[in-house]
Amino acid sequence: MRAIITVVGRDTVGILAKVSALCAQHNVNIIEVTQSILQDMFCMIMLADVSECNVAFTVLADEAKALGEEMNLSIRAMHEDIFNSMHRI
Amino acid sequence: MINTHDILETINMIREENLDIRTITMGISLLSCADADIHASCEKIYEKICRRASRLVETGENIEKEYGVPIIHKRISVTPISMLVAASGGDPVLYAETLERAARTVGVNFIGGYSALVQKGFAAGDRALIDSIPEALAETEHICSSVNVGSTKAGINMDAVATMGQIVRRAAEATADNGCIGPAKLVVFCNAPEDNPFMAGAFHGVGEPDCVINVGVSGPGVVRAALQKIPHGNITDVADTVKKTAFKITRVGQLVAKEAAKRLGVPFGIVDLSLAPTPAVGDSVAHILEEMGLEQCGAHGTTACLALLNDAVKKGGVMASSHVGGLSGAFIPVSEDAGMIAAAENGTLSIEKLEAMTAVCSVGLDMIIIPGDTSAEVISGIIADEAAIGMVNSKTTAVRVIPAIGKEIGDTLNFGGLLGYGPVMRLNTASPADFIHRGGRIPAPIQSLKN
Repeated sequence: MRAIITVVGRDTVGILAKVSALCAQHNVNIIEVTQSILQDMFCMIMLADVSECNVAFTVLADEAKALGEEMNLSIRAMHEDIFNSMHRI
Repeated sequence: MINTHDILETINMIREENLDIRTITMGISLLSCADADIHASCEKIYEKICRRASRLVETGENIEKEYGVPIIHKRISVTPISMLVAASGGDPVLYAETLERAARTVGVNFIGGYSALVQKGFAAGDRALIDSIPEALAETEHICSSVNVGSTKAGINMDAVATMGQIVRRAAEATADNGCIGPAKLVVFCNAPEDNPFMAGAFHGVGEPDCVINVGVSGPGVVRAALQKIPHGNITDVADTVKKTAFKITRVGQLVAKEAAKRLGVPFGIVDLSLAPTPAVGDSVAHILEEMGLEQCGAHGTTACLALLNDAVKKGGVMASSHVGGLSGAFIPVSEDAGMIAAAENGTLSIEKLEAMTAVCSVGLDMIIIPGDTSAEVISGIIADEAAIGMVNSKTTAVRVIPAIGKEIGDTLNFGGLLGYGPVMRLNTASPADFIHRGGRIPAPIQSLKN
């Protein structure tokens, strides 16, 4: 299963490092990363392979959300299929 | 990878525009629980619901987390209880209490199906069940009731219409010290769908499988936000935008429905393509109509805007799901919609305009608060008018009005939560009593003869 991790918020030092560390800690392989900064807003999208993830995906999603709250950002880990189903016929 | 724009659009729909799945509703047939002994029947019902729905809430919560889309309600619909009363006799309220106990055990926030289908006449169990509705709704918290009094095929059962006017009043009186909540959980239908996942009118029809998963989508805020991006588009652009947006919303519903069905080992039934508002800011159907160019919902032009919206939602949604059903369209509940509440408060939206709107929307007069001294006959008159609109136009119509006991026009009644609040609305009080007391049946219209 693949997941999309999105990070949106004010740009600060260490965002990529912390999100990557969370992925590494749970054996989640990051396949692709795109990021952009529009004015001061940081926006990063990661495609990650969570099939070898060492915790349940719901736990990873909770931890990502908590990390976001800690850093004053919005971080979401979501199953890839919600985007596929909405945007691809 | 999917492009960045699409990903951010989805995230924004959920974060800013209140995109959610309104309900995962498990339909459970109780026909296998019928027993001549009412206590045995109740025990079988409790056991079956708890067995079938034991993982419903947990599964819904897991899907919500994994896909990142809020799933607001997990609910259950059951076979109309009047059919079990037909077999067992006894006090139907025992069934309501059993369903309440089951709802608390499995953790759902509503069970629908304290219902009777009497469009052509009363069968065994129907009268007893209908008569017990006020008491059942007053004594339980999580049970919803509905009665189907008419259909395009059968005509309108005017005896049932007369009775339901009294029942709605009694339901309000029985809960007068609890915000008149009783009639907010009671829907009087014409052409009731048997696979509707939305409360308070959900029940599990007899043609349905033993157990099934139906999903109701929502998303008025998403549609409005899409229309805000085309302030100068013509009406064709408006319809196209609604269609495209409804497609995207429904795809999420389809995904959730299939996933829930798979995980629970139950067949997937239908996706109900509905725009269901909540009192939250940014989740209003009235505001979509206003975005199309009305100063306020209720202005002349409202019916046309709603007709366009209702049709475009269906056209967009129907390709996004393999099975569409239920009510499917735009809901216009007054107390559950911030824009409708505002329009009713300042008098732009009248009950007559709402009645016209029900001819083109997906349901009917919904969550309308009426004066506490409204007679049962006037309520029956409202029900008869709505049923006639449904019968002639081959569509579902419904009445869910709440007589606010002790309150007058202009006062406010607050239910709290998703049921919202609203002003007591003005009604035409000229008496239809002689018409209502005639009884009998309005014959099925010529539209029913399609064979």
